[in-house]
Amino acid sequence: MKPPPLLVHVAVFIGAALIAAYASAAEEGGAPRAGSPRYRELVHIVRQDCGSCHGLTLAGGLGPALTPGALAGKPADSLVATIVGGRPGTPMPPFVGIVSEAEAGWIVDQLMRGFPADGGAGAPAH
Amino acid sequence: MSLQPARLAPTVLWAILLPAIVVLLSACGTLPQETRLRGTGDLGVVIERADGRVQVVETSGRSVLARVNGLGDLSHASVVFSRDGRYAYVFGRDGGLTKVDLLTASIAGRVVQGGNSIGGAISQDGRIVVAQNYEPGGIKAFDADTLELIADVPAAYGNEGRRSKVVGLADLPGNRFIYSLFDAGEIRITDLSDRGKPVTQTFAAGRQPYDALVTPDGRHYIAGLFGEDGLAMLDLWQPEKGVRKILSGYGRGEQPLPVFKMPHLRGWAVAGGRAYLPAIGRHEVLVVDTDTWQEVGRIAVKSQPVFVMARPDGREVWVNFAFPDNGWVQVVDTMSLGITDTLQPGRAILHMEFTPRGEEVWLSARDDNRVVVYDTKSHRQVAQFDAASPSGIFFTSRAARTGF
Repeated sequence: MKPPPLLVHVAVFIGAALIAAYASAAEEGGAPRAGSPRYRELVHIVRQDCGSCHGLTLAGGLGPALTPGALAGKPADSLVATIVGGRPGTPMPPFVGIVSEAEAGWIVDQLMRGFPADGGAGAPAH
Repeated sequence: MSLQPARLAPTVLWAILLPAIVVLLSACGTLPQETRLRGTGDLGVVIERADGRVQVVETSGRSVLARVNGLGDLSHASVVFSRDGRYAYVFGRDGGLTKVDLLTASIAGRVVQGGNSIGGAISQDGRIVVAQNYEPGGIKAFDADTLELIADVPAAYGNEGRRSKVVGLADLPGNRFIYSLFDAGEIRITDLSDRGKPVTQTFAAGRQPYDALVTPDGRHYIAGLFGEDGLAMLDLWQPEKGVRKILSGYGRGEQPLPVFKMPHLRGWAVAGGRAYLPAIGRHEVLVVDTDTWQEVGRIAVKSQPVFVMARPDGREVWVNFAFPDNGWVQVVDTMSLGITDTLQPGRAILHMEFTPRGEEVWLSARDDNRVVVYDTKSHRQVAQFDAASPSGIFFTSRAARTGF
């Protein structure tokens, strides 16, 4: 027996909505998709604002170098903890509330591979 | 020996050569554009930090005169000027020191003097330029004309051959330079009056000095401390008295707020017998009396202050902020110590520079890729122009001021 056409439409609609919700949940606080606005924003924050102390090329400044060579062999989870919680007794502040733990994990992963170039801040939000 | 008469070129060739010669000779008679006469008092540079470039600007017509490329990594770049205001010495993050001729918009000299550098200063007589370095930790002095190395003074401390990052470098009367050692917790004065033979004095400062300023008269040096609740002050008229802590315990034992960008003390706000200083880990500007060095007030501001700068007449103090609140600027009234204006001049306001007499202030909006110009009476924007990722703005009026 063929299902009624209206039911098919509703099922497809609900299915699509669920997929969309899942996809946006993955983006929300998770690792950003390459090219997404949040990706662009995180790259910009690391290059420019982390760069205030670690250098625009991440070769170091008041803070240590964050180049693949400098980070080689360092445990990723302690680097993630440093980003999220800061490092007491040093000028490294906690970025909790600014980046999620998953985003911090993505940043550490990218730093270890050689961080992407900054594409600018993007268009104004308003 | 040949008796043949010298052969002249054919007439057709002369028809081409003669007009060419005339044109070339007449070109020699008119001055090339760059040597056309002009003063330097209204000139300045804007750092385009991501592109290793500076814009040469003039404040009378608010225009960009030229761009100069090839200056290396200009993140955290700073600039001092020759005493005639013609040359800008640009200190890059990568240790590059570039002497830029503002009149010809060209590079007059360049050395890569360190691995990781944080700025510089110029001597009272204008003959010595000094760079302060994180790596290798120390200061290096150069001849202002030739950029030849005069002296290399390592910031060595302890017994294990360690070298400290140097911050807060400023010039003092008598061709002396004062600076702080972030890792060693010291203030040092290096006397370069006998150029080849630097003599250095050391003072204990406190934990983790992060930047410093010298008062306009060159008498007091104040270093901000990251690792302590207070600032270190040295009276340079009586250095034998040693460092005195001022504003001790300004945090009142409270948990400090996160500091996403270190405040800058250079570019000070000393006005009307008071110094206005950014608190660290608190969203406040601290006000101290420069006679007694006692706290006379504190001003609650929007976020962690980075630059706290007095308008040249001292009537107002302008404040910008650390990430993520760096789109805001607040104006403090120095009579009432109240906030008179809260502005949003653009995204990521990294620096502010007042015109020499303070009728305008230029602000760099990094994330909008532009410089905006505000009238300081109306607090309204009066002009703007494009600049790629602008950071520091420096006008030649700094050439005549101690500590700049």
